[in-house]
Amino acid sequence: MSFWFWHGLRSGIRTTHYPRRAEAALGVSPGCPVNTEFSSDGEAQTAAAICPVDAIVAHGKSAFVDQGKCVHCQRCRLSIPSPMNWDTGYEWSRLPAGQAESMTLPSAFSRSMHVMVVDAGDCGACLHEVKQLNNPLYNIHRLGFFFTATPRTADLLLVVGPVSENMRGPLLKTWEAMPATRRVMAVGSCAISGGVFGHSFICAGGVGSVLPVDFEVPGNPPPPLAILHGLLVATGRKSVVDTERVSERRS
Amino acid sequence: MTACSSPADGNEQIGQSDLTAALGERFRNEVSPIQAERGYVLTLSLIQTSSLPSLCRFLFWDLGCQFGGMIAEELSDHWCLHYTFLLPGSGWIDVLLSLPIGTTTVPSIVAEVNAVDWHEREVEDLFGIHFEGHPRLGDFILHDQIWREGIEPMRKSFPVSCELKRKLDLEWQPLLIVGDPGSFAMPVGPVYDGGLGESVHFLLETVGEDVIRAVPRLFYNYRAVEKLAEGRSVADVLLLAERFAATSAFAHSLAFCQAVEKIHTVEAPPRAAILRVLICELERLRHHAGAIAAICESTAFGVSTAHASIIEEELLRASCVLIGHRYLFGLNIPGGLSRDFESGEYQRLLLSVDKAEKDLSTLESRLRYSSSFLDRLEDVGVIGIDSARYLNLVGPIGRASAQHCDLRKACPYSGYEGYAFDVPCEKEGDGYARLRVLFAEATQSVRLIHQAIDALQPGAVRVPCGGSPGGAALGWAEAPRGAALHWLSLDEKGLVDRYHAITPSFSNWHGFHEAAEDFAFQDFPIILATFGLSATECDR
Repeated sequence: MSFWFWHGLRSGIRTTHYPRRAEAALGVSPGCPVNTEFSSDGEAQTAAAICPVDAIVAHGKSAFVDQGKCVHCQRCRLSIPSPMNWDTGYEWSRLPAGQAESMTLPSAFSRSMHVMVVDAGDCGACLHEVKQLNNPLYNIHRLGFFFTATPRTADLLLVVGPVSENMRGPLLKTWEAMPATRRVMAVGSCAISGGVFGHSFICAGGVGSVLPVDFEVPGNPPPPLAILHGLLVATGRKSVVDTERVSERRS
Repeated sequence: MTACSSPADGNEQIGQSDLTAALGERFRNEVSPIQAERGYVLTLSLIQTSSLPSLCRFLFWDLGCQFGGMIAEELSDHWCLHYTFLLPGSGWIDVLLSLPIGTTTVPSIVAEVNAVDWHEREVEDLFGIHFEGHPRLGDFILHDQIWREGIEPMRKSFPVSCELKRKLDLEWQPLLIVGDPGSFAMPVGPVYDGGLGESVHFLLETVGEDVIRAVPRLFYNYRAVEKLAEGRSVADVLLLAERFAATSAFAHSLAFCQAVEKIHTVEAPPRAAILRVLICELERLRHHAGAIAAICESTAFGVSTAHASIIEEELLRASCVLIGHRYLFGLNIPGGLSRDFESGEYQRLLLSVDKAEKDLSTLESRLRYSSSFLDRLEDVGVIGIDSARYLNLVGPIGRASAQHCDLRKACPYSGYEGYAFDVPCEKEGDGYARLRVLFAEATQSVRLIHQAIDALQPGAVRVPCGGSPGGAALGWAEAPRGAALHWLSLDEKGLVDRYHAITPSFSNWHGFHEAAEDFAFQDFPIILATFGLSATECDR
């Protein structure tokens, strides 16, 4: 069995340098469409019309994206002649609509935050990306973030999925079992807006209708680095993104 | 490692005409065979309800068919129950039972074909049809402590966006089976493992050391995908088909797209068919790397977990570089693919895939010499060959118990008949056999990816798909976890009338208890990991 130790050492350190430096490896993020200024009103309207979840709204020549609704179907990128601009980054975390101030955890948590995850009707993608944070390539322990097995020691409740009726109870129980100074983070478009599942007799249409949400990480699913950015925002080590910015369409 | 010969290669194959003749002899006055298309080779319309059990027993046990699943459909004046069987090498057989809409009771066939168990429970819960003779109905998808009786959400009259008055019955207790003195039940879930496990609840009953009864309670993630689909366009439902189980999104969207293509009688162009095989195998490779990582993790073997999860993450990144999405969303569309690739793009993919294969084979050879790891897997969570057949297990789990059915061979789609590959099988049916099957299948997937890239010819990747006056069809694909069937019915406007997805996790969760029972508590997480099932894929 000793060969494992030797092979482990030989692999060297593979962990990303984020957040100290941006991660340059290809494929760490699928990217997302961003607010785009087109050369005509018609192009903006075409982009808005192709979106199956009404995440894109045309306003004059500009098309605005609500990242909380976008399901990364890529139709506004692949299926129209003038595609939307695509951001290849991963720093997407934002505050819920209507919330002006970030509910950052006190400084005592900045290098020791325990995260409780609840799968509330997730399709498996967001949960899988959360799990990837334990992968040596991301290794969130080095940043002082830990997944905890019990809500009693948790500081942050990370919820994935649109909140299915059968999970509403377990989700609330988990939240109630957490000690004070707790925060809630909705990860993925389903947890933010219901995503493709929306609001129905069986789906709450997002965590916000069940619990007070403090942070949102849009994406379908958000890649591990986007979730990591969310954790850094929750501890005040990174700031949220500017969702109002519009970029001129690159041809 | 042995590669099982599938019946399609040997002389066991039963031709369609032989089948009709064999059925004609025994069921002359009881069924009217109709030559069917749109996914089925034969539809057997039952004249009397009473002959349903004997016909199903004949198909499953005498002819050796696999049970695909059961599809219930509510039409304006009658019910249609489709019992779908697969005759390997020939195709899908649809046993059709039509009943007037007022019917509330149907004979259960669970005594004949055990695999129908959960299908009947699902239909009872969602449509309100009672299956006479079924040992355990109720409290399945709609959990009894939350939902009032009499709610039948899949009925056409039930509105999808209604507000239900919730009840929360705090006094509700699960049904315990073991009544021995000193026995107790240990509940696990739905939030367990720090929430990193998918939402599923297990009731483990024990008198001390060994798990005597393991009852999984699923459907915490039930989002009524099939109900949401009704009345919506194919393009909208494609998003749902892709997103209800993201870790096998491509296989499910492929099965769905094939159903749509069959309804509109179009075929994806050859280049798209080859690329679909390529991406399907990429997904399988990535899924199996992840499943191997989960098995290593369940034994708390950190270094091997790290190695396997790095392989998985690298494949996720390679998928993202090629497709633009780590979970392969947005590529499949009815009629082909949404985009084409340039030769440089899939050559780069090939480098990642070859590296993954090399890393996996290194990992396998190291694990094979790690006795303390093997001790946790060998002779643990055993499912015998007969039990696997009785429970109709599918996918890698079935193949670890010598159930060689693989839809890529048994009922080829997307041109799989043109590729050379083996279906790895084992006979032991324990955790280690399941791990070996995963490694061997990953190697076969790489082999298929190479062949697909060699076979690529220039051409279109999509054809227009639409315009037919509706109809119903079955699409299928061998998802990473096993057989996935998507049954779709479109109305004359092209909107979805009924959509039903039968997933491998649904089929295999039904047999999970067989593996977990009579093993010690500390083996439970390992057995769970070697099954590698997805709750959300089962729940829909």
